[in-house]
Amino acid sequence: MQLTSVDWLIMLLYFFFVLGIGFALKRFMKTSKDFFQAGRALPAWICGLAFISANLGAQEVIGMGASGAKYGLETAHFYGIGAIPAMIFVGIFMMPFYYGSKARSVPEFLRLRFDEKTRALNACSFAVMTVFSSGISMYAMARLIQALHVFDALFNSLGWSKDWIFTFAILLSAVIVLLYIFLGGLTSAIYNEVLQFFLIVAGFFPLVLLGLKNIGGWSGLKAAVPAAYMHEWRGVLHAGTNPMGVDIIGLGMGLGFVLGAGYWCTDFLVIQTAMASQNMEAARRVPLIAAVPKMVFPFLVIVPGLIAIALPTPHTTEFVHTENGTIYHEINVVPQQVEEGHGLIPAKVDPLTGKVMLDASGHPILDYDLATPNMLLHYFPTGILGLGLTALLASFMSGMAGNVTAFNTVFTYDLYQSYIHKGASDKHYLAVGRWATVGGILLSIGAAYAAINFNNIMDTLQLVFSFVNAPLFATFLLGMFWKRTTGHGAFAGLIAGTAAAMLHHGLTLPLEAHPGIHGGWIAVLHHYPSDMAQNFYGAIVAFSANFIVAVVVSLFTKPRPDEELVGLVRSLTKMPSHAHLKWWKRPEALAVAILLAAIAINIFFA
Amino acid sequence: MSLDLRLPMGLMFTLTGTILTAFGLATRRNEVLYAKSVGIDINLWWGAVLLVFGITMLVLGRRGQMRSQREEEQGSATPASKDRSPGTPAGVRDQGSEEGKRPGVH
Repeated sequence: MQLTSVDWLIMLLYFFFVLGIGFALKRFMKTSKDFFQAGRALPAWICGLAFISANLGAQEVIGMGASGAKYGLETAHFYGIGAIPAMIFVGIFMMPFYYGSKARSVPEFLRLRFDEKTRALNACSFAVMTVFSSGISMYAMARLIQALHVFDALFNSLGWSKDWIFTFAILLSAVIVLLYIFLGGLTSAIYNEVLQFFLIVAGFFPLVLLGLKNIGGWSGLKAAVPAAYMHEWRGVLHAGTNPMGVDIIGLGMGLGFVLGAGYWCTDFLVIQTAMASQNMEAARRVPLIAAVPKMVFPFLVIVPGLIAIALPTPHTTEFVHTENGTIYHEINVVPQQVEEGHGLIPAKVDPLTGKVMLDASGHPILDYDLATPNMLLHYFPTGILGLGLTALLASFMSGMAGNVTAFNTVFTYDLYQSYIHKGASDKHYLAVGRWATVGGILLSIGAAYAAINFNNIMDTLQLVFSFVNAPLFATFLLGMFWKRTTGHGAFAGLIAGTAAAMLHHGLTLPLEAHPGIHGGWIAVLHHYPSDMAQNFYGAIVAFSANFIVAVVVSLFTKPRPDEELVGLVRSLTKMPSHAHLKWWKRPEALAVAILLAAIAINIFFA
Repeated sequence: MSLDLRLPMGLMFTLTGTILTAFGLATRRNEVLYAKSVGIDINLWWGAVLLVFGITMLVLGRRGQMRSQREEEQGSATPASKDRSPGTPAGVRDQGSEEGKRPGVH
């Protein structure tokens, strides 16, 4: 790829502003509350956009493009079912407890509601997972920079070896994120997340417009892909009739309820931005505000994937023409991996043999992750290409920053202050927070490097984390809505849920997969039509196990007295009333509007 | 003093928009360059859009900044609890009249 000075200028401008915001905010970071919680003083719209932007990391932008190319519009289900209902739920029903309890983190809420061991379990697992996620983001970004040859020309002109590009990319992202969080804390992270949000829209919206124009509009796109790709809900009753291989129960319960809610309602990465709001009413609106762009984003990130696969696959062509008696043969050679790919998506090449990789039925395996980046390269001339690349980098960095701020808060408040050094001065914890940021970034770098050498271990670790996350939502549901739930019940439930998820994975296998990382490592008792179906049903199993065990153990153990649980449980807390606001300004009205809009969109694209 | 996010953000998009618009003007009608983008002078058009967005943000940010400065000068007792006010890091105000601040005591 050829990047000119205009492209570099735009990229450098972005880095300058991102650091500049960090520096500008430094003088406001006087207390640990300022640093970790943004002083709890930010307006709803900023927190709302940061809420969704924290989630828009590598996985979303690249992953949704890849899924769009692989599965079509059904990917939009991840948004519709996986996110919107959960976001409405957390805003209306759970925020009063998160925000009202004055907890400084999600594990701290668990301590207030349950007991110390539940907090410890959640804090430890979350800290590890969030640092790990940050490392994966870094790794993915560095890999992408390598694959797209972004820095190749630069390194050539400077006379540096290209082998250092990976390290350079990792260090670049690490240093930038480290600086702006070290200086400005959560406020800096949130401000930059909002900046990154607008940048991602600025980078991808013209891409969708150009792509659609090129392919002949929406009807042109429809004509170029299999029918199922353009319909979100078609054939969803049975696994065999839709591209993703899931059925309505798995989809509805597994994805929507458990996984979606598990992430959006309990993951401190996003909840952190809502807890930084300036008052309860703002806090409740934050997830709702975030739901609005969330409904629209499918078109920004999934459609490029669809277009990528809809475009004609390049082939080596030969064009013969005669001019002044001379015969010219113009041969356009297309590399084998591109030719054997589909549309803009190349086939995967085995790095050792240099040959195209084939699946069990002899078809080339496609590298779907390259769908979105290749779209950028295909349609953007220099100038806007710089903007597109910056948007891509920004999406990686916003994911990383959210993870790092979540880590430094949980480490300082839930691990350091609770178990290592209680009762120190606020200044001390502020300093610890800054060092925790450094530590978090260093650990992320470590995780990124581990990913190169230990690819299988990374996959395994991500699997383990999914086991830990799947049952979480049940604990919060029970905690917030059933006062009888006890600390012992919650703890036992979490362990049981994780164990159930592991067991389920060990005993089932998707079709056409071999036992191992895909499951069936204990024995194969059941086959699922796809990886996703297994994932969703595993989530249902984990949730149920957690729920049942937590209820049973709670009934056998002594609950805390009611007075201690005021403000933490529904039945003992007066819900905030917004009667002083006009009806259309209340969070409930916004929630209903979003629900209706989401249903409308789903009907339109059914 | 507070930092309204719309100011730096507006500035960044204004500058980016200016760069793209200028480049777009300079390379207008360059068919080779814009063959990729389906023949559209995308730098010019999108640059203009970003420029407008950046300026809008700057205007909104300035207005928000001036409003909060006025509030400060009046020594107003109204805490920063309106949703429209700009992002005010806690260096300025710390009381935060969060509704529902005292759980259960309404």
